[in-house]
Amino acid sequence: MSAYCELSQLGKTYSSPKGPAIIVKDFNLKIQKGEFVCLIGHSGCGKSTVLSMVAGLSSVTDGGIILAGKELTGPGPDRGMVFQSPSLLPWMSAFENVMLGINQVFYTASKDERRQIAEYYLTVVGLGEAMHKRPAELSQGMRQRVGIARAFALKPRMLLLDEPFGMLDALTRYELQQVLLSLWRKERITALMVTHDVDESLFLSDRVVCMTDGPEATIGDIVPVNFPRPRERKAIMEHADYAPLRSRLINFLEVGAHERIPYAAPVAQQLSTVAAF
Amino acid sequence: MDFIKRYKLDSLLLPLIGLGGFLLLWLIIAGRIETRKTVDEFGDPVTKSVKTGISPDLPTPSEAWKASKPYITEPFAKRGELDQGILAFTKLSLSLVMQGYFIALIIGTPLGFCLGLSKTFTKAMDPITQVLRPVSPLAWFPLGLVLFSSVKLMDGGGKTVFGASDAAALFTIAVCSMWPAVMNTAVGVRAVPQDYLNVAKVLKLSRAKTLFKVLLPATLPYMFTGFRLSLGIAWLVIVAVEMLTGRPGVGGFLWQEYNAGSYSRIILCILTIGIVGLLLDRLMSLVESRFKTA
Repeated sequence: MSAYCELSQLGKTYSSPKGPAIIVKDFNLKIQKGEFVCLIGHSGCGKSTVLSMVAGLSSVTDGGIILAGKELTGPGPDRGMVFQSPSLLPWMSAFENVMLGINQVFYTASKDERRQIAEYYLTVVGLGEAMHKRPAELSQGMRQRVGIARAFALKPRMLLLDEPFGMLDALTRYELQQVLLSLWRKERITALMVTHDVDESLFLSDRVVCMTDGPEATIGDIVPVNFPRPRERKAIMEHADYAPLRSRLINFLEVGAHERIPYAAPVAQQLSTVAAF
Repeated sequence: MDFIKRYKLDSLLLPLIGLGGFLLLWLIIAGRIETRKTVDEFGDPVTKSVKTGISPDLPTPSEAWKASKPYITEPFAKRGELDQGILAFTKLSLSLVMQGYFIALIIGTPLGFCLGLSKTFTKAMDPITQVLRPVSPLAWFPLGLVLFSSVKLMDGGGKTVFGASDAAALFTIAVCSMWPAVMNTAVGVRAVPQDYLNVAKVLKLSRAKTLFKVLLPATLPYMFTGFRLSLGIAWLVIVAVEMLTGRPGVGGFLWQEYNAGSYSRIILCILTIGIVGLLLDRLMSLVESRFKTA
């Protein structure tokens, strides 16, 4: 069974005055279609670099990325991106921000259809009333809702999320995780999300990929998360597996991330993950 | 003092004090007219007016007012090419400024964009822009005359409607006033947040769409700051240009009145230039603040 998205021997090297600086090295990851993968690690370890290479915003210096059978060579709207800061254009309303992408992707659709797509996604993320407001009139959480709507509205092959809730307060973060999860369940878009929040990764993902510290960061551990879906926060936190998984992740971040033992994917484990999914 | 605070009179009172001080200084420098009765060499009594003061040629405020009054009370009167109401002159000057200013913006804005977008272009252009920027309008004007020496547009009657000196005037205004627009646009383009550019990249917006949907709106506030400063400079340059060409306008009128020895109206011209400049700046500030929120 071949993966939907495959990152093989992915590496990123910057040239610096002191010689080449290797940020990411030998990063191998297979993501199945419809899978939600979280990437965790310490800040600055290179997890965002991996994501932006998948997004095509950062050039790949080693290895390659294959998505749906084709090698990625640059950015494109087939990958919906949710940025850490909502990155909305402030001179456009929420609706116009979403339409900017829709016009780009669904240029063959009629104007009415395009408008309907934008209105649908903005309503689903809870902005039915506020869609014609400018970003400055929206709260940080609402802006990120627009960001999520913008990404989903393009019906991308893959969803890339770069610490999308990192700038939000805890309550808003919970709300938005819920919004993201319910939308994702409807559309089942393959997702890769960078976060440093252990609980967030357990709540959202099917697998948590742990990255070692940079330089030469790579995968240190892959933790399958097999909570049944649809997920409900309370039920998950009370699940018997929750505490052990959480401590495994935290233990990795506290100890394992600093040890330079590249993760050798046990074949059996990878298969079990796929089966569980 | 409580009384002043209560009615916020200080914002009215202090400017009045400043103005009064200024007038007093003017009076002191200008001195006053003394009428002396003397007897001339033939033994006849004569009255002689003598001006005493630090600068006896400077008209006093009341003299200045008396001489300027017809130009203010009949602001649009036209008695001759260089003898018109003050607002008629202002209109002539403003129309020339606007033409030069628009040329400056049409050239300056794209140039600023190129400088902001391309580091290579910036490096190539830097020595030229840095050297040309501080050059005075007085120095540009003769070059303009040389450059456009063959320009001569005539109307049906064989009268020149747009000659070398007109072209040189526009050239001088444009070349002097475009730099703030160029520099601010370039800074604005460089300051466009990477986030916005990433959005454009991820959505694979075409170059034209990236320019008009992302870069241009993001740069607008900077551009308008530049446009405001450029307009200020264009208005400064107009006086110099009109003095050199002798064309009718506030600056031309000023120079003519100086040559004619009627110094009173010079002060009228200076005040007019100042007030118009202030109004232009305020007007542009209004436009600018509209784009700040965008």
